[in-house]
Amino acid sequence: MNFVVIGVNHQTAPVEVREQFAISEARLPEAVKSLATYPGIEEGMIVSTCNRVEMVARTTNGTADLQGFLRQFYGFDPGPYRKYLYEYHERDAVRHVFRVASSLDSMIVGEPQILGQVKEAYATARAVGAVNSQLDALLTRSFAVAKRVRNETAVATSAVSIASVAVDLAKKIFGNLQGKRVYLVGAGKMCELAARHLLAHGAKQIYVANRTYERAAALAKKFNGQAIPFEKLYETVPNADIVISSTGAPHAIFRKEHGEKFLNQRRNRPMFFIDIAVPRDIDPELNKLDGIFVYDIDDLQQVVSSHIADRRTEADRAEAIVQLEVDKFESRLQTLDVVPTIVSLQEHLETVRQAEIDRVRGRLGTLTPEQELAVEALSRGIINKIMHTPITTLKSAARESSEATTVIDLVRKLFGLRDVRKAADEDATTVTSGKPGARN
Amino acid sequence: MPLIWLRVAVVCYGVGLLYSLLLLSKRGNVLAKIVEPAVGLGLIFHFVSLVESTVLIGRLSLASIHNSESILAFLAMVVFFVFFVGYRTVSPGIVIFPIVFILTFASAIGQKPVTLTSPLLRSGWIFVHVVLIFTGYAGLFLSFGASLLYLVQERALKSKRSAALLTWLPPLQTIDEIGYRSLLFGFPFMTLGLIAGSVLAIDKYGPLFFYDPKILLSFTMWAVYMLLLYTRWSSGWRGRRAAFLATFAFIIALGAWAANSFSRTHRFLS
Repeated sequence: MNFVVIGVNHQTAPVEVREQFAISEARLPEAVKSLATYPGIEEGMIVSTCNRVEMVARTTNGTADLQGFLRQFYGFDPGPYRKYLYEYHERDAVRHVFRVASSLDSMIVGEPQILGQVKEAYATARAVGAVNSQLDALLTRSFAVAKRVRNETAVATSAVSIASVAVDLAKKIFGNLQGKRVYLVGAGKMCELAARHLLAHGAKQIYVANRTYERAAALAKKFNGQAIPFEKLYETVPNADIVISSTGAPHAIFRKEHGEKFLNQRRNRPMFFIDIAVPRDIDPELNKLDGIFVYDIDDLQQVVSSHIADRRTEADRAEAIVQLEVDKFESRLQTLDVVPTIVSLQEHLETVRQAEIDRVRGRLGTLTPEQELAVEALSRGIINKIMHTPITTLKSAARESSEATTVIDLVRKLFGLRDVRKAADEDATTVTSGKPGARN
Repeated sequence: MPLIWLRVAVVCYGVGLLYSLLLLSKRGNVLAKIVEPAVGLGLIFHFVSLVESTVLIGRLSLASIHNSESILAFLAMVVFFVFFVGYRTVSPGIVIFPIVFILTFASAIGQKPVTLTSPLLRSGWIFVHVVLIFTGYAGLFLSFGASLLYLVQERALKSKRSAALLTWLPPLQTIDEIGYRSLLFGFPFMTLGLIAGSVLAIDKYGPLFFYDPKILLSFTMWAVYMLLLYTRWSSGWRGRRAAFLATFAFIIALGAWAANSFSRTHRFLS
């Protein structure tokens, strides 16, 4: 396999260190290219996000000097940073790539962006030809593993930010948010963020009311919404389905009697109040009215923390899936590996050759050493000529992972070879030096 | 043969019943994947059973109490599936499946006991009357189920804790629409069914037919049904108040069903 991962992430390194290693999008293709062409490295890919910089590579013989690459590429000595760097090999490297793609290594476990980022990094590496065979198989597999984790566990289902929890709750009340109206009371940052989320999920109209009208107007303009003078607050709020309040008012702005009036005007259609002000803008009594739902900042925070806890338990199940997939991937790579097949093909033909020479030796009588050599060279030459095409075909098939199994199977059948994997175990010692022609 | 198919249907509906019970004990999901095909299959067997018994007798027949229960269950399932196609949610089934199971089970354990002999039952009109009323009942059942689910979901949202419950129930607004539309759907059937029945009864028994417990209860139910629609339409009643009304209507419906034994016009044991 010869996979290696080296990198820094949010767990091992503070941001000051991560930014030293970060590679901008513009420089990425060049960086990947130089990684893949670094001595001892066959293929490479680089993921660089705000939380991690990782280099994934396949080396020629498992011992490439990746730190040397870092020194060459960044132009500084990675020595002082050694304690922040992690390095994984073989199985551990495979597991790490799977975990990263499945968002199990993320700061917020299950967050969906990382998979997209890995896919982009893969596309970049592919575009410059830095991945083409086994690393390609590894990355493609990691996307499938990520999908499996997402489908079979609840690791990514629950919202874990205040704004996304608010959107989730709104969806639980209104179904989809298409055409829903949102009312912002107060023009704070949090309001803006929540409103942005709701708009992204289809909310239609934004109203903004603020003590200073100018600020309301400025915020409304951002969303193409409507600013409303604060005096008209109570008569206009019933138009909205979702109210987000974050004023600095010392007393509640919305009390129970307001709620009753709103419901009356809305013919009891439900309303969702989100109170992110401290002290609170909305009297909690409002929540007792049929059809009005009030969530304050603590309620939202509580949902967030319970979701984070849920994700942790789900993450354990996800780790089990990853483990299983690592095993599967490893055994698949073994069958993909053509070297054992080539070795056993050579052995097979060599036995045939020896047997034939032994068989006719009696009829040849005594041979001079020169004749002996000539017979040897003749038989060996024939076999090498015959073997040439099958071996090149096998090697090129190994680069196209989709073809490899078919070709390997075919060769094994044609020559009646033993089971490749068994052969691989037995020939473990010869595989490393098992290049064709190296066995004389 | 019809009885065998009916029993197969009962087994299929049993999956639905089990699904409801598991969900209520908050251990749902186990049957979530098979519940739709299971009850769908049940509906098909049920249909086969009804068709076969019709062929056997030579006409559509209500000639036993059990047969009519089977038809009511069948119609309830049909209405359920109409809404399932529209809203892609099985959750109203939590209420519908047990009702359907009980009705079908009752009619499947023995087709023998009460054979109704009244020649009135041979008339096509009475069949129309019964099917219309039953469809109205089915709409009411679904609406009743939806209003209970609405309460559950509303409570979950208000309590801010039961995050686990939130996931398997559809959004509040969807439940609300199912409840309202099933009422709207059932009401004309119920109304026409009552009119058809009244016309028949006046024809047979004269105006005195009205002083009969079953008929009084039926008209009360119709009034509550109307009240449900009216409050919903005029002031958008939903949630707790709507659930109370729907439960009330459901209880009266049960009463009207049970009143057969006290009813003169609905005994049919001439």
